[in-house]
Amino acid sequence: MASKPRLTGYRRPDGSMGIRNHVIILPVDDLSNAAAEAVAKVVPGTLALPHGYGRLQFGEDLELTFQTLIGTGLNGNVAAVVVIGIEPKWTERVAAGIAKSGKPVATFSIEGKGDLQVIADAARVAQIFLQDASEITREVASEGDLIMSIKCGESDTTSGLGSCPTTSQAVDRWVAAGGTVFFGETSELTGGEHLIAGRCIDDACRRAFQETYDNYIKVIESTGANLLGSQPTQGNIAGGLTTIEEKALGNIAKTGSVPVIGVLKPAQAPDRKKQGLYFMDTSSAAAECVTLMAAAGAVVHLFPTGQGNVIGNPIVPVLKLTANKKTAGSMREHIDLDVSGLLRQEYDLTKAGDMMMEVIERTVNGRLCSAEALGHREYTFTKLYISA
Amino acid sequence: MAKRVPDFLLHHDGDSVAVANDDLQPGELYGLSVKEQSEHKAVLNHAIPLGHKFALKDHAEGEAIIKYGIQVGIASAPIKRGDYVHTHNMRSYRWQASRA
Repeated sequence: MASKPRLTGYRRPDGSMGIRNHVIILPVDDLSNAAAEAVAKVVPGTLALPHGYGRLQFGEDLELTFQTLIGTGLNGNVAAVVVIGIEPKWTERVAAGIAKSGKPVATFSIEGKGDLQVIADAARVAQIFLQDASEITREVASEGDLIMSIKCGESDTTSGLGSCPTTSQAVDRWVAAGGTVFFGETSELTGGEHLIAGRCIDDACRRAFQETYDNYIKVIESTGANLLGSQPTQGNIAGGLTTIEEKALGNIAKTGSVPVIGVLKPAQAPDRKKQGLYFMDTSSAAAECVTLMAAAGAVVHLFPTGQGNVIGNPIVPVLKLTANKKTAGSMREHIDLDVSGLLRQEYDLTKAGDMMMEVIERTVNGRLCSAEALGHREYTFTKLYISA
Repeated sequence: MAKRVPDFLLHHDGDSVAVANDDLQPGELYGLSVKEQSEHKAVLNHAIPLGHKFALKDHAEGEAIIKYGIQVGIASAPIKRGDYVHTHNMRSYRWQASRA
């Protein structure tokens, strides 16, 4: 008898792989959320992804919204996509970007028809997509097929001591096995950005990183604002973190020890032939960051928390771990892995890494993580500037 | 092989602040540095909750506060060894506009 494969996933027509098999109903704009949610209600196995933008954006900001929508559809965790927009042109543009993967994609626009007609038409297609997707079976996968992303939230000092170093173990092991990992949170490297620059694989990578970092910080510093309470957050401060530098060093403690091989723009997919650790320019806000990384192809996310963040994502399992024993107790329904024993010296970091890998493997193979079971589906766009 | 549970943890030997590994009362404490695994002793001056920091040395106002072996801020008021350290007596060095 063949032994059970360690990792499994769903192969997509473009060769990418995912660990979930969602049929999504994707609104192009806020106006189409109602119709998308109605379709998902009449075809309950499908998933609507409501969000707040998509109207009167322009330039780079509009391109990022398109990239986020299209990247979500291209994600390996998605089997098929029904795109609904208020008008046909941008709806078709989003659909065309997804359709190049070879996945089933259908488009519906609301102007001239109204919600009820669109809901009826889209539901008929969504039903067929869902039944077809249910026949796709899992295949053997490897780390090289499955992109991982990492981002921490509601961090406290236990993050830098326990949950982030545990995540680091997973990052190093995933990359050593041929996988790709994304980290981001540009502002949250402040005080330790030299550590990341020092890990960039060559001068071009280092220059790209430094330029990205400097540009982001320039925007923040140009406001002259007092960021205490925003970055670090009130939750961070309640957990004992005092400054951005202290928070950043805890954040960086989750990025492993492997070189940084490239710098990605928000939601930019990496070259699939170049596996390794990538830095992505992102906000440090949890839902924005995870949404951008999912749009770049991440199919599983590791989320260390201290004070207890509850975030999920509609298409990507967001696995939470904590080394704060209070959080592990008081918010246990949100925590997939409790590594507080590390701080009590009950086991070492290698053992915590083993525990992390076991949870990752079970999640990859289909076990729902806490955020999925609790219905956390935060789908949040990054906005670069005002709309027209 | 459970070892003694430390009252506090520091990242590196030489750090000027340490982290409470539980809700702590003033008094003598036992600690461990994560990197070197060396044992430390300290006397805490205030009750502090799990995850909050106290000073392992005296800091003059304006002096660097070290954690992870790296500067993570400056003392915004004089800090005595054993004192609770947070936004009331420490601030960012990099983001000087960010202060309590």
